[in-house]
Amino acid sequence: MSDDDIKIEVNGVPMSARKGQMIIQVTDPAGVYIPRFCYHDKLSIAANCRMCLVEVEKAPKPLPACATPVTDGMKVFTKSAAAIAAQKATMEFLLINHPLDCPICDQGGECELQDLAMGFGRDVSRYNERKRVVADKDIGPLVSTDMTRCIHCTRCVRFTEEIAGLQELGTLGRGENMEIGTYIERSVDHELSGNVIDLCPVGALNSRPFRFRARSWEMMQQATVSPHDSVGSNLFAHTMHGKLLRVVPRPNEALNETWIADRDRFSYAGIYTDDRLETPVFRVDGEFRPTDWATALQRVATRLGETAKEGSLGVLAAPGATLEEHYLLQKLARDLGSNNIDHRLHAMDLGDDDNDPPFPWLGAAVAELESADAVLVVGSHIRHEVPVLAHRLRKAGLAGSQINFLNPAGFEYLFPVHEYAETPLSQLQPQLVALLGAVEAVTGRRSELAVDRGAISDAHRRIADSLMSGDKSHVVLGHLATRHPGYSKLRAIATEIARLVGATMGYIPESCNAAGAYMAGVVPHRAPGGKPVAEPGRNARQMLAEACDAYVLLGFEPQHDTAEGQAAIETLRGASFVVMLASWLDPTAIEYADVILPIGTFAETAGTYVNMQGDQQSFSGVAEPVGDARPGWKVLRVLGNQLELDGYEYNNAAEVLAAANADIGVMRPDNTIARSPAINGAQYSEAEMPRPSRIYGIDPLVRRARPLQRTRDAKRTADR
Amino acid sequence: MSVSNKDTSQLSEHARQVIDHWVAKFPPDKKRSAVIEALRTVQHENNGYLTAELMDAVAEHLDLPTIQVYEVATFYSMFETRPVGRCHISVCTNIACHLRGSAEIVEHIEKRFGIKTGESTPDGKFYLKREEECLAACVNAPMMMIDHVYYENLTPETVDQILEGLK
Repeated sequence: MSDDDIKIEVNGVPMSARKGQMIIQVTDPAGVYIPRFCYHDKLSIAANCRMCLVEVEKAPKPLPACATPVTDGMKVFTKSAAAIAAQKATMEFLLINHPLDCPICDQGGECELQDLAMGFGRDVSRYNERKRVVADKDIGPLVSTDMTRCIHCTRCVRFTEEIAGLQELGTLGRGENMEIGTYIERSVDHELSGNVIDLCPVGALNSRPFRFRARSWEMMQQATVSPHDSVGSNLFAHTMHGKLLRVVPRPNEALNETWIADRDRFSYAGIYTDDRLETPVFRVDGEFRPTDWATALQRVATRLGETAKEGSLGVLAAPGATLEEHYLLQKLARDLGSNNIDHRLHAMDLGDDDNDPPFPWLGAAVAELESADAVLVVGSHIRHEVPVLAHRLRKAGLAGSQINFLNPAGFEYLFPVHEYAETPLSQLQPQLVALLGAVEAVTGRRSELAVDRGAISDAHRRIADSLMSGDKSHVVLGHLATRHPGYSKLRAIATEIARLVGATMGYIPESCNAAGAYMAGVVPHRAPGGKPVAEPGRNARQMLAEACDAYVLLGFEPQHDTAEGQAAIETLRGASFVVMLASWLDPTAIEYADVILPIGTFAETAGTYVNMQGDQQSFSGVAEPVGDARPGWKVLRVLGNQLELDGYEYNNAAEVLAAANADIGVMRPDNTIARSPAINGAQYSEAEMPRPSRIYGIDPLVRRARPLQRTRDAKRTADR
Repeated sequence: MSVSNKDTSQLSEHARQVIDHWVAKFPPDKKRSAVIEALRTVQHENNGYLTAELMDAVAEHLDLPTIQVYEVATFYSMFETRPVGRCHISVCTNIACHLRGSAEIVEHIEKRFGIKTGESTPDGKFYLKREEECLAACVNAPMMMIDHVYYENLTPETVDQILEGLK
């Protein structure tokens, strides 16, 4: 027992505590409830609501449990007459100006004030004077405000300052006239700002898209996983009558803590749109006509069967499809004799894919980044690619980790950045080589890479020193590096840098399941489990540059979700048969698709995503599929049956997953490279560089979520 | 870090010097501590009130989010965030002055100028503050402060003389 361990007594029960802890930090883990509004374990202590007043022996007055440090031998009473009296008095004051509009308040039923008023409020108010009224603020398309309900706990203000890193809300005025607001009317724009909805203990800040849609007790809560980025944020889906009405965070300290990105929270709005595909359709005379499943599947099976006999089949899947869909899709492709299958739709450099890791991963657990000594992020607008991971980096940076970037100019980070080495993307390779040179100089170790190290700048030296500053350092390649036309070389150089400094080497995998796509064998050169195939097929670039006879496209829209964009559509037009499995009717599909089969979104299918730390996270369907849409794995299974292939006898997604995992076996993450490719002085032009991802343009679902499209971030990045 | 319009041209050279003088008194990461003095100076140079542009300029100069400057400006009664008359008349209405007749003084000034507390005279010369807390001159109550100068032992007649003298 160290000197820091002390004993206190709460309601007569002895508890051990550490010096410096507040009373509430000892009672919370012990399950002793103390009412509170302003205290939140992820935010700084404000002690301004006074709801957590408790009696402490020898203290003349009740003390706030959230701001009273424990001392050895302290005796705390949370339910004594004095404590309860203090809490009741606080509640009476809080209710003085709070409107009695619970019946029309979205927070009703899940309101901390309502709950505590039940426990500590009087049944009749003694207050006969006028209540104050506060004008509502327009803070953007995501968060609705009813500021008269605000009790000034300042959780939202502290969130914007401490978690988002950009204080957008403040406490204005004082006393009776105090208000929470922005002063000058403007939107609250940070990509995590939706979290203030959960933090608000009353109905002042609520979800604007959800406003007046349902009462909290009418909905069912089911666990699910975010389909947007590779952290795999844990979510709760709230559904009513089979419809997904709201998404809130499911706390998971290892991944998203208690936060989720606005993209995870509001993308559900894209599920129910006018362009949702409700029946299978086929193209006749330049327009799509609805048909039934049997006809559509028969038509697809016939054409794919023909192609398998005498033609080339190309299969492309979104990296955001489920592991089950990925597995069945590659099984279908390979059973039809084709290794032309890929999910790397944005990649421009797919050479050197022998060196691909078994599956791309971060190189460390998400939570590990927080205690890093140094991190180097190469080619990533990480706030837009993976907002929740950017938050981890921010926490690390604030705690003293040295966070370094090798990035194009203009990405704003709201934390102390140790070194931001600016480079045009076209110069990323020479910059990375120069950094390798700096690392060699610092470590005294020499890399085998035969390439002229170029001009080493002070910025490179500072990054090299930083990476050597401690034991725990990480090198991470973001989307701008993995989508770069010189990716395989960037990867080799970065891997050398990581090896020389003893850092982990990692990637930010695309979408929510790129790692799963690798595991399931949705690549032309590897079968499930990473087993090499005898004759590698054509990769995504090749398939989208030169037409196959027939295509199967799963879950993406070529003009937005591939590196080629419009050129991909031209290629697809050259095919004789294209079948899409999609949830929406893509307006450009009429140019190339022959049949579109409607599949469920992430909310309407059971499935599994593999995140950036290699976790398989399974979830079940939370909402009823729209119209005749069916989960993707079922569609693929029936297609297998129709084609009279063996081994498509799955009854549910769990059976598909079991079969996939039996095939995948044990895969260990490993980002090392067996043999570095030749690094030449390739010249790139800025015109061929990948554009930074649009935070609200990354997948078909997000692009259809209207609340997100109305944000400033969406408008600012619309031209990408 | 701030989200202002990145414009500090609104600040005079003198204001910058004063602000930097105050910034130097605090630790480098506590620039926020200089907000009050910065706003005082800027308000003084702008005929006694602040504008959003000026507050943004202060935020930019101190490298703070604009909202942190707005918070301070709206909290303290000595800052005005809308255009007001040039002479700020603050009549203390706390308990000691109240017992010695400050209500009568306020009423007298209101009548004299034809304005209510919180309003300015149409000619832009005088501004009668809405509320002034104790200014620690209770021994000579009632009292008022005009542009940082104390006037004590007031009667309606002496108030008239003082205001005449200001013209």
